[in-house]
Amino acid sequence: MSVLVFAEVSEGKFKKNTLEVVSYGKKLAEQMGTHLTAFTINAETPSELASYGADKIVTLTNDALSSFDAQAIAALTAQIAQKEDAKVLIINSSANGAYLAPIIAGKLAAGYASNVVELPISTEPFVVKRKAFSNKAFQHTEISTDIKIIGLAKNAFGVFETPGKGEEETFSPELKRTGVTSISVQKASGKISIADAEIVVSGGRGLKGPEHWGLIEDLAAVLNAATACSKPVSDLGWRPHNEHVGQTGKPVASNLYIAIGVSGAIQHVAGINASKVKVVINTDPEAPFFKVADYGIVGDAFEVVPELIQKLQQFKTQNS
Amino acid sequence: MKILVCISHVPDTTSKINFTADNAAFDTNGVQYIINPYDEFVLAKAMHLKEELGASITVINVGTAETESSLRKAMAIGADEAIRINAKAIDGFFVAQQIAEIAKDNNYDLIFAGRESIDYNGGMVPGILATLLDCNFINACVGLELENTTVTAQREIDGGSETLQADFPLVIAGQKGLTEEKDLRIPNMRGIMMARKKALTVLEPIATESKTGSKGFEKPQENAACKMVAADDVQGLIDLLHNEAKVI
Repeated sequence: MSVLVFAEVSEGKFKKNTLEVVSYGKKLAEQMGTHLTAFTINAETPSELASYGADKIVTLTNDALSSFDAQAIAALTAQIAQKEDAKVLIINSSANGAYLAPIIAGKLAAGYASNVVELPISTEPFVVKRKAFSNKAFQHTEISTDIKIIGLAKNAFGVFETPGKGEEETFSPELKRTGVTSISVQKASGKISIADAEIVVSGGRGLKGPEHWGLIEDLAAVLNAATACSKPVSDLGWRPHNEHVGQTGKPVASNLYIAIGVSGAIQHVAGINASKVKVVINTDPEAPFFKVADYGIVGDAFEVVPELIQKLQQFKTQNS
Repeated sequence: MKILVCISHVPDTTSKINFTADNAAFDTNGVQYIINPYDEFVLAKAMHLKEELGASITVINVGTAETESSLRKAMAIGADEAIRINAKAIDGFFVAQQIAEIAKDNNYDLIFAGRESIDYNGGMVPGILATLLDCNFINACVGLELENTTVTAQREIDGGSETLQADFPLVIAGQKGLTEEKDLRIPNMRGIMMARKKALTVLEPIATESKTGSKGFEKPQENAACKMVAADDVQGLIDLLHNEAKVI
């Protein structure tokens, strides 16, 4: 028996949500009285995973997997799960993790619970708490199959350093071609993505027009944050579609979410609700967003935000 | 070309979420139901392909009788026929198995589904379905072009998009971007009238063992009231974020 985690690599390195998955896997392995195995592809320093609890690290290095072939990787992960007699598999909720997990579930005929936020409430029966109804509620889900798959929600569990044995094992399987070919990747260079950002600064219709977006971009710059927008702003074409956050846009699970000139419609709030701290700046004291915010300023963004940027710059200088 | 579109029947996006007395199930009282928003994007894409290339569209749902309103709406939008598998959707794996049972004998070239449903957010039906059918699969699809039997599609990745190519048969999990918001279809009177003559077939489910089960729900804890900061006390906000919230 073992707990197996898929440790996703991005440009050779482990992102925060991979370390969260390993941390979770370690705690779960301890709870179940077993050890933790991590499977990782093309990692620069796989041994790093030992600091977060990996007892065994299965490494695969192959240029053919430099793009994320989900079907191929699912087959390899299923192979390792069987070899390691893994009873629980844990996968992150990045775009790649969410692509991979259901394919593995299909291959292993395994029950899969996505968007899980905590360690299991019980292991017999195996019950986990997960997000449902677009972040408006939690569901308790029992997984009753022999092999269980958990998709760990982003920024829900935390990163914990626990020493694991860190025994490395190379895996050199024969790679089979799959039917999906990667042609190219388009990434906004130099910009922090909403998916990875610790802080997200978002603008709504209250900013009155795309020409005022310098405020959002400058505030994001001083905070090293990603920029985002509400659905009306995206529909109006003021900002690109990939900045739309909300129920049918991108989900936000950052540490801090600052919404400027956004009223806080239910669908917008649902999409950003997994953010830990929400700050709302709006001229309208009745804006529904204030009901769910942690901190709020009723004021004119065109006056408040420039001052906030200036004071944050001073704060950053003082604290560096 | 044969297209299958899988749809879910879900509570409206503005619904307040409440549960029955013992928190065992979602309380449907007073709740309006709609086609899952993610599924609307794939249905619009399927319609675009039908109009451009003459495809036939079958729409399918796993659910009990009340889901027929969504199937009829999909036919009013332009789907040619509908299938309802007469079963409660126990979980995503169950839904995928039921749809796979129909799809395996019907040689669909393209199978579309929304990436996830806004009620249970499982995000697993398309991926499990593709795997059960041993078929190519692209998740989080935000763009798709067809040339003969080869699909060039964009999937959303963290921080950008990736262009992929795959041949038929292919399962696509779509989302906003696959079609533009402005190109979503609304049924017109003619469509609604024509839908009445289209076939809606009800089939019994195949027996399967459920892999997960819902044990109940809980609502999130009520937030503490918002701490208001005066508009001229921006420094106060910075101090709170640094010292209290510890996020900067």
